[in-house]
Amino acid sequence: MAQEYKLILKHADEPGYTPDMECYLRHGGYQALKKALALPVKDLPDGKKLSGPEQIREDVKVSGLRGRGGAGFSCGLKWSFVDRKSGKPIYLICNADESEPGTFKDRQIIHKDPHQLIEGMIISCFANDVKLAYIYIRGEMPEGARILNQALKEARAKNFLGKNILGTGYDLEMHVHRGAGAYICGEETGLIESLEGKRPYPRIKPPYFPAILGLWMCPTIVNNVETLCNVKHIVTLSGAEFAKLGTPNNTGTRIVSLSGQVKRPGYYEIEVGKATLGELINDPKFGGGLREGRRLKAIIPGGSSSKVLKAGEKFKLKKKDAEGKEILVETDVLDLPYDFDSLAQAGTMSGSSAIIVMDDSVDIVGALANLSEFYAHESCGQCTPCREGSLWMNRTLQRLTHGEGRRQDADYLGKIADNIPGGRTICAFGEACSWPVQSFLAKFKDEFVAKGAADEARRAQSISGAAAGTSVAPVAPH
Amino acid sequence: MSAAATTENKPAAPAIEKIKVKVDGREIEVPRLIADWSGKLTPTTMIQACELAKTEVPHYCWHPKLPVVGNCRMCLVEFGTPALGPDRKPVLNPDGTPKIAKSPRPAISCATPVSPGMEIYTKTPAVKQMREGVLESLLINHPLDCPICDQAGECKLQEYSVDYGQSASRFVEAKVHKPKAVDLGPRIMLDAERCILCTRCIRFTRDIAGDDALGIINRGSYNTIATFPGAPFDNNYTLNTVDVCPVGALTSKDFRFQMRAWFLKETKSVCTSCATGCNILIGSREEKIYRYTPRDNDAVNASWMCDAGRLNYKWIGRADRLQDVWVRGQKSSWPAAIRELADKLKQAPAGSVAIIASARQTNEELWLLAKLKARLGALSDAIPREGESDKLLVSADRNPNTNGARLTGICFTEMGINLVKIADGIASGKIKTLIVFGENIVKRAVAHDKLRERETISEVVDEHGITAELLGKLDALIVSDILPNETTRLAHFVLPGAAPAEKRGTFTSGKGRVQKFMKAVEAPGVARAEWEFLQELVHHVTGQNNGLTVESLFNQMAREVAAFNGLTWQALGDTGVTVQI
Ligand SMILES: Cc1cc2nc3c(=O)[nH]c(=O)nc-3n(C[C@H](O)[C@H](O)[C@H](O)COP(=O)(O)O)c2cc1C
Ligand code: SF4
Ligand code: SF4
Ligand code: SF4
Ligand code: FES
Repeated sequence: MAQEYKLILKHADEPGYTPDMECYLRHGGYQALKKALALPVKDLPDGKKLSGPEQIREDVKVSGLRGRGGAGFSCGLKWSFVDRKSGKPIYLICNADESEPGTFKDRQIIHKDPHQLIEGMIISCFANDVKLAYIYIRGEMPEGARILNQALKEARAKNFLGKNILGTGYDLEMHVHRGAGAYICGEETGLIESLEGKRPYPRIKPPYFPAILGLWMCPTIVNNVETLCNVKHIVTLSGAEFAKLGTPNNTGTRIVSLSGQVKRPGYYEIEVGKATLGELINDPKFGGGLREGRRLKAIIPGGSSSKVLKAGEKFKLKKKDAEGKEILVETDVLDLPYDFDSLAQAGTMSGSSAIIVMDDSVDIVGALANLSEFYAHESCGQCTPCREGSLWMNRTLQRLTHGEGRRQDADYLGKIADNIPGGRTICAFGEACSWPVQSFLAKFKDEFVAKGAADEARRAQSISGAAAGTSVAPVAPH
Repeated sequence: MSAAATTENKPAAPAIEKIKVKVDGREIEVPRLIADWSGKLTPTTMIQACELAKTEVPHYCWHPKLPVVGNCRMCLVEFGTPALGPDRKPVLNPDGTPKIAKSPRPAISCATPVSPGMEIYTKTPAVKQMREGVLESLLINHPLDCPICDQAGECKLQEYSVDYGQSASRFVEAKVHKPKAVDLGPRIMLDAERCILCTRCIRFTRDIAGDDALGIINRGSYNTIATFPGAPFDNNYTLNTVDVCPVGALTSKDFRFQMRAWFLKETKSVCTSCATGCNILIGSREEKIYRYTPRDNDAVNASWMCDAGRLNYKWIGRADRLQDVWVRGQKSSWPAAIRELADKLKQAPAGSVAIIASARQTNEELWLLAKLKARLGALSDAIPREGESDKLLVSADRNPNTNGARLTGICFTEMGINLVKIADGIASGKIKTLIVFGENIVKRAVAHDKLRERETISEVVDEHGITAELLGKLDALIVSDILPNETTRLAHFVLPGAAPAEKRGTFTSGKGRVQKFMKAVEAPGVARAEWEFLQELVHHVTGQNNGLTVESLFNQMAREVAAFNGLTWQALGDTGVTVQI
């Protein structure tokens, strides 16, 4: 049976656990940092020598840690792309912009256990020869910023930060930077622009890969809050031990934000892939099932940008049989293991690990209209397909929800959405805003058509009848 | 601020390695590196490779002289690269050619570097569909007010819509409305609804003009170009944003609603407002000039010009232009005046004539004046005209042809130092005849004794002592000019000349660029290009025939003037040749 597994949130919710330094130290805090700083040079069989930082980077690779911010990209690999020969400083940025609708995990760490994040960051900085790091925190989390600033002050007082950290000769400074309230500031290059004091217009890649031309055009690492916390545990446990948590290629734990129409919404930390979607929704230890008399309709499995899943959907998942041969196993949506790879095979993603559950009381058209309003508001407006498409989709959906739909609106909407993703935009917001529309339409098209048809029928009966029998909706004057 | 590459006199660049790529199946060689907007060598991008292959890739935000931002997405293409096997060696097709792995995702050609063996596909159904998608997106909220839009006829949105768009719109929602006729600054109007948010104007203003004046406010589809509140958009380069704007969002207050672009005749010319010599196009119709726009010349002005130079054309059409030949207060004719002048000059004793020319005259004209000077043993000079320079284009020397005056021997390196001698000569009665070309000399004259005083305390010397009073002592004051002024009013002979836009000729810029310009409009009345009547006069006075056309004059001059040796009118091309100065 699936269980919670508390690695990151081990102490956070214990009664009496407070975010201050003393409490953190009482619970074994900063031991991993001390261990990391003291790593002796390691001799390899081939005569090469590995410095402490190199060993940590190696270990992060061995751990299999994948980014917790959304894309699930290998953390070790990301670090290996950093240009270490440029002679420029290397920066590290903690992405604490947590704005993906449905997601509320990073703030648990920030509010309740800030030193865990800071320790993870210091180790990550040490491992990457970083002398200056930033925590970019969402503007709407002023309390989090206050707590982090307090924690940084405490860490400086203990010489975990500052000059000559714990006598090792290593210097590191760290600052909290508050965003001004835009979802796009979570996109790493938009974040970097914002940190530089500019409008958060995401950068084109090539050439502006953060690992080469990031903050101030210097090599930069951007990692999510939870990702960076995990680095601390990798040092404590060793990469190999860490990799035993979770499932192969989907190692460690994840904090799942569960919301929507379940009895017990909240955040649950699990070993990656050791609980299924169904368990997370229905198990009394997790979501506790739907409300009485309700049936499951849809699941958004990885934050609002991920493609929706429909109740009853079946997928072919790759599994290994007894002899280790790869076979395809038909799997119900509720039996999908909650991990990176299974959800990818189901055509969606675990994204920011935020599950939004919808039961049969939900108006699908209205739900999508709600999402699309968010994206139309948050598109930075830099590149054409996303800037114009996000608002177009929203205007169409608002029209549909206001009873001015047309039968053909489902197809119309689909074509608008198809013009946005797939590398046509500067950043992944293009996918984020169009995937929900594409997937809602793919899976619930009948509801969109029915809505448009009902509106047409009602218009046909109206006495004024101007639009009777036509399929053209009343259009506001241009 | 960084002026784009403006000089040819750089040391020869090291040879750049070539790589082979294919554009729509055709193999071409392209350099691995190409100068970017700032002149720095950077990896060649797909769009540059396509340009070299003469394949058009539609684009809005990309501009060769501006930093790349990749925001319009119009230039998306598909591409493939040689497939590599597990051993990192190229995989070969059965026929031995390298196997190409097609990228699953498109790329913006303006920002993606090419690599050896890359294949770029600009004509696939997917590319076509992506272009249609971008155009549709650009058009849904566009006001489509082409009938009253100044850009119509030279609008990239119109052009690409025809070439790459769809004819029908499926958009049925309400359009986004934004401010129209926004007064951005003294010379610029913004129609925010027409703006496609390519940010060219922002980048030009920030990265080329060095003025962080423009930005974007709001989000998403509501994005709008704006200035800081209360800070008008006002630097000496604002009108370039009208040129780089691919649509009719930014319009010139001077030009808007004046003339349809397609009615304009475009004539290659050169700005005459300073020694930089920005290359321009003169837009005219029915002998009226409507606008100047910059013309690309990487050795001089890149793609830009200053606002002051651009708007300095109105005087050409002034009603009070000199249109007649006047001799001693009586209307005369060219033949009569030239004959009389020729006779007079032929008989003038050596040293009794002085010439004050203008460094706004062409090389050919100054050279003809220098011929008179030689024959008459005349003192000569020109009038310096100084202002402030800036870091981009404007030169402190506000004469367009100072170097022409120097190289033809009309003045010394330090222009204006002979003026004192000329004043003294007139005062002493030695100089009886003064020929003045294109300068209202009285304007900056200061009474002799006062000027002497000033010189001793070393003040500006572009004032001189040739006052109206002094001119009264002359037997003959021969003046050619374009507009009436104090000096023409004092003249015994008034010879109406032509504005540069009304004639052909060449100037030598501050950096030694010899550039030719063409005739856009006719001079009014009997006014004639100075070189025309000067060559007649020279012919009569010296007996030399230097030819009847600007070409032959130029070519003869090039043979005689050391600095111009080897040049020909034809070899100057459209963008000129740099000579040693
Ligand atoms: C539109 C958009 C919004 C994003 N918002 C966040 C966010 O709020 N927090 C976050 O950690 N990552 C966010 N990301 C992902 C980041 O770009 C980046 O991939 C991530 O911070 C990398 O960290 P990781 O490798 O540790 O996951 C966002 C990406 C996009 C495209
Ligand atoms: S995809 Fe959207 S959010 Fe991303 S850069 Fe383009 S307009 Fe901005
Ligand atoms: S005003 Fe013109 S140049 Fe500026 S962003 Fe808009 S379309 Fe581009
Ligand atoms: S910089 Fe000089 S040459 Fe260029 S446009 Fe201005 S005045 Fe004319
Ligand atoms: S030209 Fe605009 S994205 Fe390339």
